Amino acid sequence: MIDTPSVDWLALAPTLALLGGAAVALLSVLLPEWMRKAVAATAAFAGFAVAAGYAVVVFDETPVPQSLLDGSMTRDQLASMAQVILGVTGAVVVLVSWGERRRENHAEYFALLATAGAGMVFFVGAENLMTLFLGLEWFSLCLYILVAFDNERQTSLEAGLKYLVVGGFGSAVLLFGSALVYGATGELSFSDIATATPTDDAFLFAGLAMILAGLAFKVSAAPFHMWTPDVYQGAPTSVTAFMSAATKTAALVVLLRVLVTAFPEQSDVWTIAVAVLAAVSLAWGNLGALAQHDLKRLLAYSSISHAGFMLMAVSANSERGGEALLYYLVPYSAMSVGAFAVVTARERELGRPVILESLAGFGWERPYYGVALWTFMLGMAGFPLTGGIFGKLFVFSAAYDAGEWWLVLIGVAATAVSLAYYLNVVRWIYMRSGADLRLAPAGGSPPHDTALGIAVCACFVVTVGSFFVVQPILDVASDAASSLSF
Amino acid sequence: MLVTALIVLPVAGALLVAILPLPRETTAGLSFFVALMEVGLWIVAAARYDFDAGGLQLGTTREWVDSLGISYSVGFLGFSVWLTGATVIVFAAAIGYALWLGRDRPRAYHALMLFLLAAVVATFVAQDLLLFYVSFEAMLIPLYVLIGVWGGERRQAATLTFVVYTMAGSLLMLASVVAFGVTQGTFSLTESGTSDNVWIFLGFAIAFAVKAPLFPLHGWLPLAYREAPVEVAAVLSAVVSKTAIYGFLRIGLPKFPDPADDLSGLILVLASAGLVYGSILAFRAPDLRGVVAYSSMAQMGLITLGVFAFDDLGLDGAVLQSVAHALISGGMFLLVGMVERRCGTGMLDALGGMARGRPALATVVLVAGMIVLAVPGSATFAAEFLIMAGVYAQGWGYSVVVALGVVLAAMYTLRVISAILHVRPGAAVRDEALDLRAGELALVLPLLLVLLGLSVWPALVSESSFAGDHAEQAIARGYR
Repeated sequence: MIDTPSVDWLALAPTLALLGGAAVALLSVLLPEWMRKAVAATAAFAGFAVAAGYAVVVFDETPVPQSLLDGSMTRDQLASMAQVILGVTGAVVVLVSWGERRRENHAEYFALLATAGAGMVFFVGAENLMTLFLGLEWFSLCLYILVAFDNERQTSLEAGLKYLVVGGFGSAVLLFGSALVYGATGELSFSDIATATPTDDAFLFAGLAMILAGLAFKVSAAPFHMWTPDVYQGAPTSVTAFMSAATKTAALVVLLRVLVTAFPEQSDVWTIAVAVLAAVSLAWGNLGALAQHDLKRLLAYSSISHAGFMLMAVSANSERGGEALLYYLVPYSAMSVGAFAVVTARERELGRPVILESLAGFGWERPYYGVALWTFMLGMAGFPLTGGIFGKLFVFSAAYDAGEWWLVLIGVAATAVSLAYYLNVVRWIYMRSGADLRLAPAGGSPPHDTALGIAVCACFVVTVGSFFVVQPILDVASDAASSLSF
Repeated sequence: MLVTALIVLPVAGALLVAILPLPRETTAGLSFFVALMEVGLWIVAAARYDFDAGGLQLGTTREWVDSLGISYSVGFLGFSVWLTGATVIVFAAAIGYALWLGRDRPRAYHALMLFLLAAVVATFVAQDLLLFYVSFEAMLIPLYVLIGVWGGERRQAATLTFVVYTMAGSLLMLASVVAFGVTQGTFSLTESGTSDNVWIFLGFAIAFAVKAPLFPLHGWLPLAYREAPVEVAAVLSAVVSKTAIYGFLRIGLPKFPDPADDLSGLILVLASAGLVYGSILAFRAPDLRGVVAYSSMAQMGLITLGVFAFDDLGLDGAVLQSVAHALISGGMFLLVGMVERRCGTGMLDALGGMARGRPALATVVLVAGMIVLAVPGSATFAAEFLIMAGVYAQGWGYSVVVALGVVLAAMYTLRVISAILHVRPGAAVRDEALDLRAGELALVLPLLLVLLGLSVWPALVSESSFAGDHAEQAIARGYR
């Protein structure tokens, strides 16, 4: 009889809930055509919502981190908080996807979305290099398909291919790095890597660098961001929304966990490496965004710069930095999904990709979406009355505390540059009249899409709410950050 | 709670105005009503403030971000009472003028105006560094759209320069806020100690200098003041600029005594330069708005001289002049708007001869002009005298500059008065152009009446701005 490790089903419940949702969604192809979409979407939504709910329970019941499945996973508040963010993000994305005008393949779409979510939820709990890679590939494979999902659109296919090639390369780098680290230490588990005596420092550092690079691909930190603008632009907008928030959340949380748990001895090296990645992302993301015309590309570059801000928090290598990162993820996810959701609204209205010009007059025609987009843009720029300002404040405080004042100055300069393009969007939605709109709207009244409205509203509430209700979120973030030993 | 109510009331008003689907006039009327209620609320609050005791009163503190020591903390200091008072009065007049004009898209316009009012008031009562920063930044959001949507022809260029300048300053301030707060372990202005870090002080000083604006950071001013809707220009020059003075008084001087002292020479010289340069530009400006805008810049230089005089007289004078200038420049901009509306232009060479047959306009412009040029007996004269006397301690040269500023003010004011009212009728002045209407008078007269009241009794403000009327000691104690 083989000893099977005891399984903590509660800790796996978020993953299983999403897999269950995916299964139901997939099985909806057996139903009559008229109810497929409703069943699939409901199943995916329920999967995400239940996953978030279970994650809350696990968060509540796990004051001390516990090892799972023979040390291959961990059950702690860091993972649970990330799972809550992922679950809520996913549920909102299901609402955004509802109005997607697709004739068929609803079941596959929602099943893939839920499976990708399951992979991420699994990924954030990874505690050794094998589960890390497994989780990464799990959600990446789903995303490759989702990006190319609109297969009648060439740009979508192109984006899918690009993501597959570049993402595959990133995964390979990560895997090779893992192998080097294993070779140097003989260990797979993060905590054992930290305590092991490396036989070869060069191997270990090369492995560390490659793991960092591999994860930086997923975080879309410059200079590993090349895929981001094209993929964000080409992918169906609801998928882009999901990637911009969820992939980033998962990858950043895991990056923090790997670096802090597995490589505490090498922290003097990786803090600098991450700080440099942050600085490069801030510079590249913001300068790149200035030149963008297409709103999705603009938001893609903006997401690169946000990766820079969040990496600043990682590079602080302190509990305060962890807190800052986890706080930042909350308003950032909301603003990002919200912004893409508003883009979706305009896209469905015009029936073509949204460029800056096609926003002319949008704020007056659709006042609620206009105010929402305005809020998301100001939030990303770090204006008050949105959680964005506290995100920046905490990140800057953490970096300043860690003695990286130069990074704070770069962050401030990057914020200044970012105003140019965020406010430019506001300018287009309010200060240009319909005469500047060179594209005729598709005609007729805009499609009535309650689900999308609810999604945007939820994002708005979180964006603004995280400004007023800071301490509770910060308490949760602080509990989550304390599951790592800085 | 009263001070919080001063912030909440306009925010609630803004939401109501934005959401309720009311007819145009009703929307604007509701907004004006909220602005008047705000004035009433301020009167109640001011009456509750014990000026003899001074110091921080009517305070409210709520936890916000405990772990970093950030709190929602508001309250009145002596000078905040007066700055807030000027704010609510000028805003009531400005919103009233927007109602009178019937601005387009009234729901958005008035919601933004009320939101701006809330942000300015919050800035003047903030007792927490982060709350101050947040309110200071929040002013920019409505201003950006107000100028960008309802402004003149070159409004987009105006908003761009305005935002670039202000945000550059604000972000430096953010870095300073982070550095100061993290080092002190708290963001509360009442609890934190002092710092002797010159760089952190510079971050604040530059942000305030842009907002004021002080020479040489005034690049955004001409375009913004010319292109903004006239009542927005009024609040911009009247009260938004004074947030910089509040910043110097509440943060710059008490939190950074040594750096402020070290850099005072530089700031005094720049303020003097701004006073003279602004006055000359005002004298040379070809249009009404240019005159008022540059004179505003000159006056901000003057007020800064008073602040950095570091003595009781200068500081009292700075507060008095802030209040008086807020009222008078708000009034002047509204008058400019009324003249522009009648003539379709503000170019001085196209105006003239408007006094004939328009007695109300002539009287009001003349009285306002007399107050601008600080005729002895006026509130502005009292303030300028205090500043002149106060800054003497820093060097007699500065007093000479202030005196020069008074002379230059007389020159540009008389020039503009005669250009509007006297000489031969200008090309743009048609005979049908009406005198001031009752509605317009009702907006401008209260401002002038308050100013005349202050002229009779300037000590009301100047002697009650700091605890025990000892400004220097109050600042040295950090207003505790």
